[in-house]
Amino acid sequence: MIALIDYGAGNTASVANVLDELNYEYIITKHESDISKADKIIFPGVGEASSAIKNLHLTNLFTMLRVTKKPMLGICLGMQLLCDKSKEGNTACLGIFPITTEKFDETKIKVPNMGWNQIKYVKQSKLFYEIPEEEYFYFANSYYVPVNENTTSICYYGIDFCSSMEKDNFYGVQFHPEKSGKMGIRLIKNFVEKC
Amino acid sequence: MISKRIIPCLDVQNGMVVKGINFVELRHAGSAVELAERYYNEGADELVFLDITASIEKRKTLVELVKQVAKVIRIPFTVGGGISELKDIEALLGSGADKVSLNTSIVKNPSLISEAAKRFGSQAVVAAIDVKNVGSQKKVFIKGGKEETELDGLEWCRKVNELGAGEILLTSMDHDGTKNGYDLPFLKQVVEDVTIPIIASGGAGTKEHFLDVFNISVDAALAASLFHYEELTIKELKQYLQSNGIRVRL
Repeated sequence: MIALIDYGAGNTASVANVLDELNYEYIITKHESDISKADKIIFPGVGEASSAIKNLHLTNLFTMLRVTKKPMLGICLGMQLLCDKSKEGNTACLGIFPITTEKFDETKIKVPNMGWNQIKYVKQSKLFYEIPEEEYFYFANSYYVPVNENTTSICYYGIDFCSSMEKDNFYGVQFHPEKSGKMGIRLIKNFVEKC
Repeated sequence: MISKRIIPCLDVQNGMVVKGINFVELRHAGSAVELAERYYNEGADELVFLDITASIEKRKTLVELVKQVAKVIRIPFTVGGGISELKDIEALLGSGADKVSLNTSIVKNPSLISEAAKRFGSQAVVAAIDVKNVGSQKKVFIKGGKEETELDGLEWCRKVNELGAGEILLTSMDHDGTKNGYDLPFLKQVVEDVTIPIIASGGAGTKEHFLDVFNISVDAALAASLFHYEELTIKELKQYLQSNGIRVRL
């Protein structure tokens, strides 16, 4: 079973629709007891970093998510929250990836980064099993994670930034697989079946 | 690099797609959910739904529409039409919409933009702006183009940018439904003046019109009847754009 975390800062409906389409069992929850029974965790996120972290504290999930050994997929803001810090609201995040989330420079490029962009692989990842390189995924973000040692794919928007990363049982994607057509569905399937 | 987006727009009344010419004379074009699925399969990058139903049941019907659409498509979509409160936005985003389009409500209450952006992120807030020539000026119109305001089009675009909107959906009422091409001079001015992405709307009639609008650095182009009545398919349009040097997702 998959725990789809609803901490008041994620669009759980769209991810749930994909899980329904793939016939996976899941529970939408903010309770530690449900998450501890699940095999895998999906951690979606839209909105603003500091209020998202505040919600994680309010729901008592902050510590649990830091120490979990279950495969966990952070999506968009969900990936950014896995980092040490975010420049958005100068927020201390979960600290799994030792890096700080930065803002795109709006004097150089339109912000938010909104639309379909291609990614390039820099490391092999089970998430991208049978997904061709340079496939388009849908992005909608004003902040980005710089390319780092855990980066598995990069994307270009004025600069190269990290479009996916992984470390131990933690996976993150900056784009929205649940809104990226057939290849996005494939990525979620890969997470559930291969990671 | 990021690709240019092609966005079919569905004006919805009681679950059915309708399309007006110069904002009047509605024609029917089929079920909203079925048309949405067709566009998803044909390679649309995104969809916009504008609910023009006028009834007290509207809130519920809009949420219901979003739920049904989110079940069948796996691309982002925007929903608009009479949205004026944060709790409505929350319900629509929570049902699977990615963005809301705000028009009359932000003219009446501009702080709704910053409040919504703070709570849901700028990427979820689309400022929809309808402009029309009045004398030598571009004036902003509200209430589905029925009411003229004091606002100047370009100044209002700058203002919504400043307040935290994530995108501008800019419709030229003079061009809408004419199929004579987008309002290039005005779009060019706006693109040079704001720091957020611009969706051009009103006037698409041929493939060349899309090429023209992307050549002035607009980020996305919206069209309705051209796609609804299958005068142009999304695939054919994208192939044409790609062969003319525009980056599109094929």
